[in-house]
Amino acid sequence: MDAAIVVRGLGKSYAGQAVVDDVELTIERGECFALLGPNGAGKTTTVEILEGFRHRDAGEVTVLGIDPARGDRNWRAQVGVVGQSVGAPLDLSVREMLDHFAAYHAQPRSTDDLLTAVGLTDAARTRIPNLSGGQRRRLDVALGVQGRPEVLFLDEPTTGLDPAARRQFWALITNLRAAGTTILLTTHYLDEAAHLADRVAVIARGRLLDVATPDALGRTLRLAVTVRWTDEGGRHEVSTRTPTATVREILASVPTGEVPDLAVYRPSLEDVYLAMLEHTE
Amino acid sequence: MTTTPSTPPPALRIGRARAKLELILFFREPAQVIFSFAYPVLMMLIFASVFRNETVAGGVTYKQYFLAGIAATGIMLASFQALGIRIALERDNGELGRLQALGTPPVAYFLGKAAQVLATSTLQLISLLLVARFAFDVSMPIDTAHWLTFAWVAVLGSLSGMVLGVAVSLLPHQGRSADTVVASIALVLQFFSGVFFVFSRLPAWMRDVAAVFPLKWLTQGMRSAFLPDAAKHAEVSGSWQHGWTAAVLVAWIVVGLAVCARSFRWRSSD
Ligand SMILES: Nc1ncnc2c1ncn2[C@@H]1O[C@H](COP(=O)(O)OP(=O)(O)OP(=O)(O)O)[C@@H](O)[C@H]1O
Ligand SMILES: [Mg+2]
Repeated sequence: MDAAIVVRGLGKSYAGQAVVDDVELTIERGECFALLGPNGAGKTTTVEILEGFRHRDAGEVTVLGIDPARGDRNWRAQVGVVGQSVGAPLDLSVREMLDHFAAYHAQPRSTDDLLTAVGLTDAARTRIPNLSGGQRRRLDVALGVQGRPEVLFLDEPTTGLDPAARRQFWALITNLRAAGTTILLTTHYLDEAAHLADRVAVIARGRLLDVATPDALGRTLRLAVTVRWTDEGGRHEVSTRTPTATVREILASVPTGEVPDLAVYRPSLEDVYLAMLEHTE
Repeated sequence: MTTTPSTPPPALRIGRARAKLELILFFREPAQVIFSFAYPVLMMLIFASVFRNETVAGGVTYKQYFLAGIAATGIMLASFQALGIRIALERDNGELGRLQALGTPPVAYFLGKAAQVLATSTLQLISLLLVARFAFDVSMPIDTAHWLTFAWVAVLGSLSGMVLGVAVSLLPHQGRSADTVVASIALVLQFFSGVFFVFSRLPAWMRDVAAVFPLKWLTQGMRSAFLPDAAKHAEVSGSWQHGWTAAVLVAWIVVGLAVCARSFRWRSSD
């Protein structure tokens, strides 16, 4: 079977400024893929082009084999969308909202199942304007998966969620993945991307900096190890791919006793990510 | 892993669900409910009290003449003005984007709006007529034929107001300024169409402008339902012009639907 999402040479500019620049992606069916990047990186723009909401200026895009700009109702029925910001809160209870939108789908998930899955059972009778921000976000997610989509787009699904709700959301995504749903989510959080995604793309200023499994992200940057120490010349810090050789040299210059403040750091995933972003500035 | 995708539900079923939703949402917004019911009744109270004993040409009391005008205006506000503002707002706040994401057929969305407008217009007209009849002793349509005239004029007027409302919501760069733009258009049309003043006494150029839009025909049609038959001699053309009324209103509906179906947008920018 062909890939779920294929993006080739995607470009989009606003007022002559490229906000998505030559993006290439292939997302396999059943894969969970994270688009990780800072504010203004072009995540929402990219995702909304894939959802068929925005026009692109360049490139080829298919989602489930169809160009989103020409997606019809049958295509939409297979694509679930949780946007970054969704409508004004309607004056309905959570249950009324879910019951209403069930009418738009051929085989909607049951309202009770959805309430359980997103942890809103206790809030089922609460009017949406009275929900907390995080509860509203969970309702958005419930509405996005109500129609049992094959491909699910989630634009910053966990922004505003407390740590427990975030974990609960992660469990929901894990379940959907196990059921074979292809997922593309955007996030600011590296730990989220690393936890959920099979592969992560790092995007900044509209360009993809790296596409890899969480373990392999920033492979070259990760090789750079930081060594710190102090001598009579003051504090030193070097970044090296051969830390052992560096440490040997230091030890050679201090044949006895302790080397003051000696430390060797392997960069964390977070450090690698931040280093990547720095390189684009 | 995947099942064969089943076909999405028919537009009519979604339209039914939307009709129910729109009605629930409408009645949960007190400001909207009060405005749409109180406005025509309030206007009736003010104008009928001020011009209590005045008559207009043809031996008709001002109250009677004004009832026709305010009934027409109520329909126009509940359809044209309410939808023009509402749809622009829903496009702006992303509510329409949500519907687009679900593949909602535009016709299902329109059905919901139409149901809400027709229901509120009906309730609004009933309350207006009750006040006019029992508080101001204004006579009602005299027989079944006149009630039928009232009904078809009201329905065609409401439908033409709706398509105009959808169309005006499509004007570029609207959104937050929609209220002002739409309400201004509605106000000017009311003055030009003989709602507050006797139509035949307006300057000819105003009457010509008004004749292009539905409200003048809606108002005239309402007069033909409420006023005695002899009053038609005081009309500019000397008759009620039912044929023209139906033709102009239907033309607006047909052309408006074609325009809306072609250029309806779920989102304001891309
Ligand atoms: N409709 C628009 N008109 C003009 N510029 C736009 C428009 N939409 C997005 N942009 C610009 O494109 C860039 C990318 O925006 P986008 O919303 O895709 O970023 P993002 O990665 O989703 O950011 P965030 O994490 O803050 O949601 C930003 O500089 C933004 O200002
Ligand atoms: Mg965004």
